[in-house]
Amino acid sequence: MKRVITGNQAVAYGVILSRVDVVSAYPITPQTTIVEELSELIASGRLKTRFLKVESEHSAMAALIGASTGGVRCFTATSSHGLAYMHEMLHWASGARLPIVMVNVNRAIGPPWNIWSDQSDSLSQRDTGWIQLYCENNQEVLDTILQAYLIAEKVKLPVMVVLDAFVLSHTSEPVEVPSMEEVDSFLPPFCPDYPIDTQEPRAYSVITMPEHFMEFRYKIQKAMEEVPDVSKKVDDEFRSRFGRGYGAIERYGKEEAEVLLMTSGTVTSTSRTVIRKLNEDGLSVAGLKIKRFRPFPSEEIYGAIKGAKKLAVIDRNLSAGVGGIFAQELRASLYPREERPQVFGFVSGLGGRDITPELIGQAIQYTVEHPQPEEEILWLGLKR
Amino acid sequence: MNKIKVPITENLGHGHLACAGCGAAISMRLTLKALGEKTIMVFPASCWSIVPGFWPYSSYRITAVHAGFVTGAATASGVRAALDVRGDDETLVAVWAGDGGTFDIGLQALSGAAERNENLLYICNDNEGYMNTGTQRSSATPLLAWTTTTPVMQPKENPKKDIMAIMADHHIPYAATATIAYPEDLIRKLEKAKGIRGTRFIHLFSPCPPGWKMASEQSVKISRLAVRSRIFPLYEIENGRDYTIQEEQRVVPVREYLKLQGRFSHLTEKDIEITQANVDDTWERLLRRARC
Repeated sequence: MKRVITGNQAVAYGVILSRVDVVSAYPITPQTTIVEELSELIASGRLKTRFLKVESEHSAMAALIGASTGGVRCFTATSSHGLAYMHEMLHWASGARLPIVMVNVNRAIGPPWNIWSDQSDSLSQRDTGWIQLYCENNQEVLDTILQAYLIAEKVKLPVMVVLDAFVLSHTSEPVEVPSMEEVDSFLPPFCPDYPIDTQEPRAYSVITMPEHFMEFRYKIQKAMEEVPDVSKKVDDEFRSRFGRGYGAIERYGKEEAEVLLMTSGTVTSTSRTVIRKLNEDGLSVAGLKIKRFRPFPSEEIYGAIKGAKKLAVIDRNLSAGVGGIFAQELRASLYPREERPQVFGFVSGLGGRDITPELIGQAIQYTVEHPQPEEEILWLGLKR
Repeated sequence: MNKIKVPITENLGHGHLACAGCGAAISMRLTLKALGEKTIMVFPASCWSIVPGFWPYSSYRITAVHAGFVTGAATASGVRAALDVRGDDETLVAVWAGDGGTFDIGLQALSGAAERNENLLYICNDNEGYMNTGTQRSSATPLLAWTTTTPVMQPKENPKKDIMAIMADHHIPYAATATIAYPEDLIRKLEKAKGIRGTRFIHLFSPCPPGWKMASEQSVKISRLAVRSRIFPLYEIENGRDYTIQEEQRVVPVREYLKLQGRFSHLTEKDIEITQANVDDTWERLLRRARC
C-alpha cells in the first residue's frame, strides 16, 4: 500500500514489518519521532514489542546487547551526540557478533550546537565494526531496514541504517509499504546460534588472552568480507519480490563519462537532476551513489568508474586534518589499482547547510575545468 | 537467627583466580548456591571479569554475560526483556557489579533500571575501592582510608556514599545489606530477594586482603567486626519504606575493626575519633530512616 510518510515514519514501518522483539531508545532530535511513533504503536497494542525507555543512549545499546545475547531481534535509533555516547557499546555489539539494527539520523555534533544534517556522527563510528548503509529517500529507508536484518543475521554483525536529518527524517514522500505477509516470507524469524539457555550454561564475552584475541578480530574482518556477496544476494532477492533494489553503489547518467560525481544520502537526489540537465546539455558527466560505506565497496566502485578521468566527491562531513571521509576512503581504495582517476574532494553542507543544484553544478564545473584539484580539500559554498 | 539449609551444589567451580582470602570469592560461592542454576548473571567490569579465568575456560557453572563497565543494570534489563519475549519468566536475571560499577560509573544505568523497576536482582559486591585496577578510591571507600589515589598524606576526605539510601529512595521492592560473616542471613536475604518481582538490590560487603592490607585469613573476622562496629549494619528495606535492622548486640568500638587493616594504620587517635563519630552519625541516620 502506498502511503505518504516521513523518513522517521518509514523507519517505524520498517521496525513493525521486521517483527522486532525489543526496542530500547533514548530521545534526541531529529530521531525522536521514531521513538514517539513506536511508543504509540506499542501502547495501542498494534505492535507486540518490548520497549525499554532507558536513561541514556549508552544504556540503550547496552540493553540491546543484553537482549540480542538473549536471542531476540532488536532495534534502536539515535543521532549525533547520542551515537557518540554509544561509541563504547558499538564496539561491544560487533565484538559480541550481535545482529542489532540501528537507525542513525545524520546530525552534526557540537559544539556549537546544531541539529541539522551532517554525516560526521555516523562516519566517526566507522571503525566500530558496524556495517553502514546510507539512504537516499524514504522508500529506501524502509526497504533498507528490512534488508539490514537479513544481512546482519547472516553475517552476525550489527548494521547502521543512515538517513539525513530533516531532509528525510521530517519530510513526507510517497512510500510503498509492503504487507506483513510479503515481509514475513522475505525475512524469517531470527534464529541465533548460541542463545542463552540455562540448561546449557555458557559464558559470553569472556576475557581473552593475546594468544586468542587476534583470531576473534580476524573473524570479524572475514565476516565483513562476506558482506558484499551476502548483501547482493539479499538485494537481488528483495528486488525479485518487491521490484526495488539498490546495490552497494549505483551509477547513473551518461555512460562512458569522463567525470564522475560521487555522493551519498539525499545529495544524490539533487545530483541526479543536475547531471540529467548537464547530460542534456552534452556534458560528459555521470553520478555515482554510494549506499554502503562499511565495508567500503572498493570492488564495486572500481568496476563502475572504468574510463573515468576524474572523480568528484561531495562530502557532507569533515575529518579535521584530512578532509571529507568518503573522498579519503575512495583515495585509499584506488591507490593499489591500475587506473587511478584524479579525486576532487569537495566538502559542503556541514551542519545542514543546503547543498543546492548550483553548488553541485559548481563542483562539476570545477572538476571539468581543472586537470587536478588545486587544494586537497575543495570547500564548496564556504563563506571565507 | 534461624538455621537455614545451605544448598550443597557448587556453582563456582575450581581453578578460579581470586586472591587468597578473597571475601568476594566466599560471597560468590554462597550467592550462587542460593540463586541456583536457573540464573543468568551479568558481570560489568570488576575483579569478576577476571576471576573465573580466561577464554575458553570459565569457572562459573551458571550462564555468565560479561558486559561493559557502565552497563550492569542496562545489559541485565535487555537480557530480562529477551527472556520475557521468549516467555521465560522463571529464570532469574542477576547482576554482579563491584562498588565502582555501582556507586560510581554504573550508577546512572542502575538508577534508570531501578526507576523502571526492572525485574532483576542487582548485587553490589563492595570491597570499597577499585581493587581490580590496584586499589584506587571509589565513592564507596570509607572516610580517611588509604588507597593508591588517596595516599596517607591525604587520605580519603569524604565519607562513603550511602548507596542503600539512594536505592531505597527509588522505592524498589527490596534492598538488603549482607556479608559473609553471617552466611545464613546472606542466603536468607538472597532467597527472599529471589522470590520478589521488580528491582532487588543486595549490598554485599566483601573484604579484600590485598586492597585493605589485611591478613588473608581474617576476611570473615573483619566482616563480622564491620557489622559489630556498625561500619556495615545488616538491614533490609522493603518498598523503600519498611526497615528491618538485624541489630548485632555485641557492639564493639570502630577501633577494633580499623586496627586489623593496613589501610587505616596511618590513623591518629583524633582520626579514629572522627571515624567513630561518622559511624555513630550514620547509624543514627539509619535509625531515623527506619523509624519514619
